[in-house]
Amino acid sequence: MFLDYYNLEPLLTGIHAALCGLMPEWAALTLEGVAVGVAIMLMYAVLAVVLIYMERKVCAAFQCRIGPNRVGGKGGLLQVPADVLKILTKEIISLTHADRFLYNLAPFLVILASILTFSCLPWNKGAEILHMNIGIFFVLAASSIGVLGILLAGWSSNSKYTLIGAVRSGAMIISYEVSIGISVLTMVVLSGAMDIQTIVAGQADGWNIFKGHVPAVAAFIVYLIAGNAEANRGPFDLAEAEQELTAGYHTEYSGMHFGFFYLAEYLNLFITAGIAATLFLGGWMPLHVAGLDGFNAVMDYIPGFVWFLGKTFVIVFLLMWIRWTYPRLRIDQVLTLEWKYLMPTSLAVLLLMTVCKVCGLTF
Amino acid sequence: MKRDEVTGIAGAEVCAGNAGVISIPAGELRRVAEGLRRDKDVPMDYLRDIVGMDWGEEGLGAIYFMESAGTGERVALKVAVTDREQPLLPTVSDLWKTALIKEREVFDFFGIRFAGHPDMRRLFLREDWKGWPLRKDYDMDSNPLRLDNETNADTTTEYRLLPDGTLEGVAHPVFGEGDFVINIGPQHPSTHGALRMRVALDGETVTKVDPILGYIHRGIEKMNESLTYPQTLGMTDRLDYLSAHQSRHALCMCIERAAGIEVPERAVYIRAVMDELQRIDSHLIFYACMVLDMGAMTPFFYGFREREMILDIFEETTGGRLIQHYNVIGGVQADIHPDFCRKVREFTAHMRSVIKDYHDIFTDNVIADTRLKGVGLLSGEDAVSLGCTGATGRASGWANDVRKRHPYSVYGKVDFRQVTRTEGDSFARYLVRMDEILESCRIIDQLIDNIPEGGFRAKTKPVIKLPEGIYTAEVESSRGEFGVMIESRGDKVPYRLHFRSTGLPLVHAMDTVCRGWKIADLIAIGASLDFVIPDIDR
Amino acid sequence: MEYEDFKNNDYLEEMVRRLNADGAGVVLTTADELIDWGRSNSVWSLALGTSCCAIEFMALGAGRYDMARFGFEVTRNSPRQADLLLVLGTITYRMAPLMKRLYDQMAEPKYVVAVGGCTISGGPFIKSYNVVRGIDQIIPVDVYIPGCPPRPEAFYYGLMQLQRKIKVERFLGGVNRRQKEADGCEAGTEKGGEA
Repeated sequence: MFLDYYNLEPLLTGIHAALCGLMPEWAALTLEGVAVGVAIMLMYAVLAVVLIYMERKVCAAFQCRIGPNRVGGKGGLLQVPADVLKILTKEIISLTHADRFLYNLAPFLVILASILTFSCLPWNKGAEILHMNIGIFFVLAASSIGVLGILLAGWSSNSKYTLIGAVRSGAMIISYEVSIGISVLTMVVLSGAMDIQTIVAGQADGWNIFKGHVPAVAAFIVYLIAGNAEANRGPFDLAEAEQELTAGYHTEYSGMHFGFFYLAEYLNLFITAGIAATLFLGGWMPLHVAGLDGFNAVMDYIPGFVWFLGKTFVIVFLLMWIRWTYPRLRIDQVLTLEWKYLMPTSLAVLLLMTVCKVCGLTF
Repeated sequence: MKRDEVTGIAGAEVCAGNAGVISIPAGELRRVAEGLRRDKDVPMDYLRDIVGMDWGEEGLGAIYFMESAGTGERVALKVAVTDREQPLLPTVSDLWKTALIKEREVFDFFGIRFAGHPDMRRLFLREDWKGWPLRKDYDMDSNPLRLDNETNADTTTEYRLLPDGTLEGVAHPVFGEGDFVINIGPQHPSTHGALRMRVALDGETVTKVDPILGYIHRGIEKMNESLTYPQTLGMTDRLDYLSAHQSRHALCMCIERAAGIEVPERAVYIRAVMDELQRIDSHLIFYACMVLDMGAMTPFFYGFREREMILDIFEETTGGRLIQHYNVIGGVQADIHPDFCRKVREFTAHMRSVIKDYHDIFTDNVIADTRLKGVGLLSGEDAVSLGCTGATGRASGWANDVRKRHPYSVYGKVDFRQVTRTEGDSFARYLVRMDEILESCRIIDQLIDNIPEGGFRAKTKPVIKLPEGIYTAEVESSRGEFGVMIESRGDKVPYRLHFRSTGLPLVHAMDTVCRGWKIADLIAIGASLDFVIPDIDR
Repeated sequence: MEYEDFKNNDYLEEMVRRLNADGAGVVLTTADELIDWGRSNSVWSLALGTSCCAIEFMALGAGRYDMARFGFEVTRNSPRQADLLLVLGTITYRMAPLMKRLYDQMAEPKYVVAVGGCTISGGPFIKSYNVVRGIDQIIPVDVYIPGCPPRPEAFYYGLMQLQRKIKVERFLGGVNRRQKEADGCEAGTEKGGEA
C-alpha cells in the first residue's frame, strides 16, 4: 500500500543492525540512546527558537506592528538566537530565603515533563522515539509532572506573588486535566487503541475528526480549550498574569532557570498542538480520501514529518490567534468554565462517541 | 443651613476674591459643616476640597470648598487656629468620606491634627519625615535624601478630644491579625505609575485596600510659592500629563479671572478644541491601558495608533507631543498651524469610524463582559461622598460634568450630551469614557469650523500681579474636576497655589469599590477608575 | 544608524582602547564578540515608570515606533529577568530606596538608562524638598536621555548608544579589573560589571 516512501523504520533497523555488528548490543543501545537524546534536545531547542520567533511575528502582525526586523538581517531572523545567547550568559540569582534545593529543582522538573511528553510525538512513520502500547496514557502522565515543578517554583521562592501564581496554576491545570483526559479518551474509544502509532495508522482512510464527525469535532474543541489552559497561555495565563502578579510563579527566577520556564511554555504549546494533530488530524498521516486513489498517492509524496509539522503549526497559529485576541479570565471564571461547562460537555461527548462507535455510526 | 445663615454668624467674614470664602471661627466649624451638609433643600453633599493653609500671623488652618451635587450651589469656609505647636481642628470625615483622605493630606503638609479622624498617618511623605513642608517656616534642607528602607506603621492613630481639653491617642490596627497582606506597587506593571497598595486577601478575595501614596510627590505646590505666575504654568502640564491642556487651562483661567484679563475669542475656541482633543487622547490611553490590564494585548496597540494622530496634530501646532506648554496667560502660545482644522476634521471622522473596531474586539467580547459587568460597584451616594468626579461619578449616575454645571470657555454655547449611566460598575465606567470620545468629537466638529479670526493672545503686563484674595477656577479634565485655588497677597508670586487632584478621591475609593472582589478585579477596577499618579501626589 | 552618524565615537574608541590595553586573545575576543552581539540585541527592560516619560515609553512600544524591531521587544516586570533598568520619570525621596533595591535585585549584566530631565538632574523639580537631584547619586547610569519627555527618536538614539556600549564589553576576555580599580569606578561612565 501507500505510506512507504518515507518510512524510516528500515533505515533505523539497518543502523541498529550495523552497530550491533560492530559492538555488543548493550553498547549499541547506549550509543543510540545518547544519539537520540541529543537529537531530542537539539530539536527541542530549535523548535523553541522557531516558536518564539513565530509568536513575535504573529503578535506583531495582529498588533499593526512589524516585530523584530533588524537583528540578523532582514526579518530579524537572528533575534531569538540573540536572546538565547544573552540568557545563557546571564547571572543566575540564588535567593537567601528560598528553599535552595526545591528552588533549583523546579525548572528542571518543568523542562523534564515537557521533554518527556515531547518524546512521544509521532514525527514520521517509523520515527517515534518513545513507543509503547499505552503511549497516549504516558503523555497524560508525563505532562502532569510539569505542574509539580510550577508549584515547587512558586512555593520555594518564598514570595507571595509566586505563591499565588503557583496555586492558581495548580488549581487550573489539575482541573483542566480532567477535560483533556476525557477528550483524549473519546478519541481512544474511536480508534480503539492507546498506542500513538496505532492511532495514527488507523487514520489512513480518513482523519479522526472526519471519521468521528460530531463528537470528534466537539472533543477537538474541548481539547483545544483545555490544552490551551494546560499550557498556561492566554486567556488562561493567570499563573503568570503579568498585569497582576508581575511574572507569576517564576518572578524570582533569573538567567537560564527562567529560560527553562520560558522554553517549556512554548514547547508545551507545541506539544498541545502536536497531540491535537495526532489525535484528531492524523499525525503524520497524509490527507487521504477513501476511494480517490490517485489523489491519495499524490498526497503520499509529501513526507510525513512535513504533514505533522504543518498540522501542528496550523494549530499553534490558532492558539496564538486566541492568545492575542482575548482578555484574561479570572480564576473563579476559569474554574467555573471547567467544572460547569467543559467537563460535563466532554463527558457527554464521550458518551455520544461510545454510542456512535457501538452502533457503527462512525466512518 | 444656607450660605446667608453662615455669613450671619458672629465673627464670620467674606474674604476677597472670586471664591467667596467665608471665614468663620474654628469653634463654629463643626456646627456649620453639619448644618450645611444636612440642609433639607440644598445639602452640601459634595466636598470638593480641603486646602490646608499657613497664614503666618493668622495661624494655620484650612479652607473647605463644598458644593451641592444637585444644584451646583457652592459654599467655602475658612477656619484658622493660632496654635502652631499643636494645631487641632475637628474632623468632618463622618460627613464626607472624601475628608478621610483630604484631612490626611492637610495633616501631612501642615501638621494640623483632626480630632476624631480615625487614620492620622502621613499621606505623601515618608513616615519618618521631620517637619511639615508646606508651612512657611519649613527648613528646605531639614530632610536630606535617605536610602534606608522605610517601614510602614501597622497601626494608625486617632486623636480624641477629651472633655477636659486634652488629647487622647487611640491606636487602630491597619490590618487584622490573620490577614494575608500582599503589596502591590509602587513598581508594578498595572498601577499606572508609582502607586502602592497594601491589599489584605482572603484567598484571592480582597478584604481591604490601603493605598500608600507619595512615591511621586514632587512638592509642586510648595515650589509654586516661589515662582512667578507665568512660571507656575510649567508645572501644571506635568501634574496629570494626560490632561496637560486642561490643567493649564484651569490655571490660566484662574489667573486671568483674578487679574481681569480678557482672552481673545479665537484663543477661547482654540483652547476648547485642544481640551477636547486632549480628552480623546486620554480616553484612548484609558482604553489601551484598561484592555492591557485585563490581559488583552492587541487592542492596546489600536488605542495608541489613533492617539498618534492626535499627537501629530498637537505637535504641528504646539511643538510638543505629550507636554505642550500651549496655554499662556491671556491666550495661547502660538497660532494654530494652517493644516490644523483640516487634520482635526479628518481625525474626528476617522475616530468615529474606528471606534466600532474597538467595540468589536473588546466590548462585545464575552470574557470582557463577564469580567466587567456588575464588578466594582460604586453607588451614586458613595460617588458624591467620596468626591469621585469625572466619568467615574457619571457612571454611578452623578451628573458632575463641570462643563455643564459651571460652563466655562465656550461650553455654554456648544451642544453636547453629558454621558451618564446608572449601573456604577466597571463596565459603565468603561462605556461612559468610550461614549465621551464621540461626544468630544461632536464638540470639536461644532467648534472647528467656527474658530473666529483675530488675535490669539491678549497683551499682558510683563509682570503679572494679582490683587489680594482667594481665587478659584475649575475645568473638566480628562478624569474629573480639576480645580485651581490661588491665594494672592498682591505679589508677583502666589502666596499659596493649590490644585484639586482629580485622582486622589478615585484612589481613595479603591477600598470601597474593591472589597469583596478578586485581585484580578482589583486591577481591572483600578484601570476603570482611571487615575494618573503624579496628579494625585502633586 | 551608521557608525559615522553617531557624534561620540571618540569616547567609545577611547573605551575600547582602554579595554584592549592589556591585550586580548583571539579566541576569547571572538567569543566575546558573539556574546556581546547577543546581549546588545536582546535588551529586556524593566520600566520603572513613575511619570510622564513612561507614557512616551509606551508610545515607543506601540505600533508606530515599535521598539520590538531592535531587540528591545520584551519588557520584563520582574527585576530578576530584566537587563536594563529604564528610569522613566521623577524619583522622589520616598521612591529612591526602592529604586536602589530594584537595581540590586537585577541579575548581572545590568544596565541603567536615565530618561528625562528629572532622572538626570531633578529637572523642573530641582528646587523641591522631595526630589532626587539625579539618580546617578544612587545607582550608576550608563546612558542619559535628556528631554521632558524625550521624543521616541531620542529614546532610540539613547538605546542604540547603550547597544554600542554593550558591544565593546568584555565577558571572557576579562574585564580589566586591575585597571578598572586603578581608574576608580566612575559611576555613570563605567559599568560596574562581571569581572
